[in-house]
Amino acid sequence: MTAQDPVYVADSLIAQDIDAYLLKHQHKTMLRFITCGSVDDGKSTLIGRLLYDSKMIFEDQLASLEADSKVSGTQGGDIDFALLVDGLAAEREQGITIDVAYRFFATDKRKFIVADTPGHEQYTRNMVTGASTADLAVILIDARQGVLTQTRRHSYLVNLLGIKNIVLAVNKMDLVDYSAERFYEIVADYSHFARQIGMDSFLPIPISGLKGDNIVTKSPHMHWYQGPTLLGHLEDAPVNDTRMQDRPFRMAVQWVNRPHLDFRGFAGQVSAGTVRPGDPIRVLPSGKVTTVKSIATFDGDLAQAVAGQSVTLTFADEIDCSRGDVIVQADAPCETADQFEATLVWMSDAEMLPGRPYLLKIGTQTVSATITEPKYEVNVNTMEHLASKTLGLNAIGVVNISTDRPVPFEAYADNPDLGGFILIDRMTNATIAAGMLHFALRRSQNIHWQSTDINRDAHAAQKNQRAKVVWFTGLSGSGKSTIANIVERKLHAMGKHTFLLDGDNVRHGLNRDLGFTDADRVENVRRVGEVARLMSDAGLIVLTAFISPFRSERRMVRDMMAPGEFLEVYVDTPLEVAEARDVKGLYKKARSGQLKNFTGIDSPYEAPEQAELVVNTVALSAEDAADRVVAAILSQG
Amino acid sequence: MNSHSSTGLAPATLTHLQRLEAESIHIMREVVANAENPVMLYSVGKDSACMLHLARKAFYPAPPPFPLLHVDTTWKFRAMYELRDRAAKAAGMDLIVHHNPEAMEQGINPFDHGPLHTDMWKTEGLKQALTKYSFDVAFGGARRDEEKSRAKERIFSFRSANHRWDPKNQRPELWKLYNTRKAKDESIRVFPLSNWTELDIWQYIHLEGIEIVPLYFSEPRPVVERDGLLIMVDDDRFPLQDGETPQMRSVRFRTLGCYPLTGAVESDAKTLPEVIQEMLLTTTSERQGRAIDKDQAASMEKKKQEGYF
Repeated sequence: MTAQDPVYVADSLIAQDIDAYLLKHQHKTMLRFITCGSVDDGKSTLIGRLLYDSKMIFEDQLASLEADSKVSGTQGGDIDFALLVDGLAAEREQGITIDVAYRFFATDKRKFIVADTPGHEQYTRNMVTGASTADLAVILIDARQGVLTQTRRHSYLVNLLGIKNIVLAVNKMDLVDYSAERFYEIVADYSHFARQIGMDSFLPIPISGLKGDNIVTKSPHMHWYQGPTLLGHLEDAPVNDTRMQDRPFRMAVQWVNRPHLDFRGFAGQVSAGTVRPGDPIRVLPSGKVTTVKSIATFDGDLAQAVAGQSVTLTFADEIDCSRGDVIVQADAPCETADQFEATLVWMSDAEMLPGRPYLLKIGTQTVSATITEPKYEVNVNTMEHLASKTLGLNAIGVVNISTDRPVPFEAYADNPDLGGFILIDRMTNATIAAGMLHFALRRSQNIHWQSTDINRDAHAAQKNQRAKVVWFTGLSGSGKSTIANIVERKLHAMGKHTFLLDGDNVRHGLNRDLGFTDADRVENVRRVGEVARLMSDAGLIVLTAFISPFRSERRMVRDMMAPGEFLEVYVDTPLEVAEARDVKGLYKKARSGQLKNFTGIDSPYEAPEQAELVVNTVALSAEDAADRVVAAILSQG
Repeated sequence: MNSHSSTGLAPATLTHLQRLEAESIHIMREVVANAENPVMLYSVGKDSACMLHLARKAFYPAPPPFPLLHVDTTWKFRAMYELRDRAAKAAGMDLIVHHNPEAMEQGINPFDHGPLHTDMWKTEGLKQALTKYSFDVAFGGARRDEEKSRAKERIFSFRSANHRWDPKNQRPELWKLYNTRKAKDESIRVFPLSNWTELDIWQYIHLEGIEIVPLYFSEPRPVVERDGLLIMVDDDRFPLQDGETPQMRSVRFRTLGCYPLTGAVESDAKTLPEVIQEMLLTTTSERQGRAIDKDQAASMEKKKQEGYF
């Protein structure tokens, strides 16, 4: 600590007139901001300083801080503010911040929530998480170092997340003799870069977190700087909800409130605009129109609600509306689409698989979505666009996304509530990516479903059978093709109309462009699924024999088919047995390294958990196994 | 909170309490829309009072569609039990009170059993209750400003089948998109007050006129001084040591827990504004009155990994 602090003195109103103080503080606003900087830029020190100067640190905490500073501090026995904010025990030991931590402090004008996030490239996802809820970003630069690679990365990310209010805090000015020349040199450098990434504006402030210069009070060492102090700017910067109030009304429905027959309310948080009783509204995606009857709250009906408030609306007419729907101003609805271009930030160790169905949560609805190969990946250090087949942990890329049903949305830049989304892995339930929608792809809107007179039921009825997709899965050499072939022969003899799609055969034609990487395997199964669906529309009993190693894709094809028409047959042959048989000599090649990505050897097989039928080829002959499959097909009608 | 200023015009900007309130309500509704069997942990303190009030607002005119769960130690202040039963009734909610049967049988108490008292009644009791009723989501009133390891905990915080928290493996939480999906045996603790501070809670209670336990206000109460803490003699189970006689002193409590473990502060604050005034002028942090935290810095993180709320 230096001679200038502590700066903060408790508001004299607290002691003199507490009621007046409380009244004043009722009208405080709230600003959420993120601090970005690398390990040595003094980020934790700055936050510790803000907490300290705004009296958020109590005496007992200060006492333990003083003791800790002596043991593990880096300030030679002086108070090490960084120790205040490095929370988890592991982080204190390593001396780094590895997660997002939220801090709170308040001044007379505002309450602040600070998202403190790590600076290293491997923590890009943490930074994006912290930035997603921020109104403002403080980008720290060490005055001695100037604009570094990580400065560019942090700036790119906060700009990507749509933060409009950006502060360039040039820190450690005390270590460059408070030099104006050095400050302006850095600002010029940064301006050049900001223009490159399309950042509209930023505010540069020369500070010293350690010494307290231009944090709360104007620095006595930098008379050449006329702008606001850091805290002064944080107190006056505009917050995001005011920006959203001027836009047309939008509210995603979270929950339908039906306590009794006389009340049916739609609960949600207003994400844009204002709403009043009597306003005409439209429910998307259905497009049904009605008017708002009331805005019901615990404190009585409201005359108006604005962006940011959580409310419950009732309608004048009984129209369908449920969770996931979006209520919009009737004459200014948002778009609805099922294909989009979007930027993705990948947050999982497991890389993105184009074509795999993921869950996509946007607003209050969760849909199934598949992603194309990236159009390009962005090198977050150089901003270069790179060609890429997939996205790995912390990678950022632009992709096309298609959803299994229409989604009401707005571009992320216009409304983060209706344009920001997360992707969830169906099997692990992990949040694996964050995304920002750019725009809808026109093709989905221009290609309409053509209805035909002879429908799928008519096709099947003419053949006197029920359409079916019998999906054989199992290791290479497990006996899928052999059994499927016998099954088809038997069905044919009974006068059934069938077709057998075989893995090897399809790879000679339809899927000749695909290899055996995980991504290609996903696409292989997707195409076969689509073909099988067309054939089942034609009324056929379709048999497929594919290794199809992943649960996610088998689940995807199951979801494509009509209920009850999909029959998964797990041909259960232990690896040792299949390898001993080695009908095509492939295991030998795989073991010797001549064949890469071979299922069971160096690529995983995920056995079905709920197959309709399991046939064990060790216990059963192929003929007996086929009989069981036929029985299962016929028993389902 | 009504958003309208006295002039009836649209507010330019929501106040900090309005934003916090809207966020908490949004969180609670996300839980109810997704959970199979949610519950609200209710400890009768000021944070619980605030959380319960927000729940009533979130689902109005319906009562909150989940029960309240009080994991009791039998050693709370009498005034807390009175308010607990009344508050549940006023909200139209079921109240489940759970007592750890083993702790009951062994007569675990704060005088003879030290840290075991908290472990068995609270940590174990909570796990038992969540398992017994198969609750998949439990609301808790914890705030991020309370303590350092909480500052990094998510609003939706996952627990393994054994109720353990893994701080290294938390899901990223972006925008207001909470991923509520979980495996069959996992459960979620949800903290709708994560972004509130102690002052926010007090101000909100004041503005909304929320009823809190009278122990928060100063009054002459019988206390004895032990290990630097002023402990209130709330019932005749309190074993007085030689030479100890309870003295009537004007005291109040900044936090409430088991009465033999909760230190009182001498005070003249009889109204909420006076309590807030005292809090703002004070120089020690809220948790200092709790005997449980007097361990090393990482103690709370360790307790949480083991399942303590």
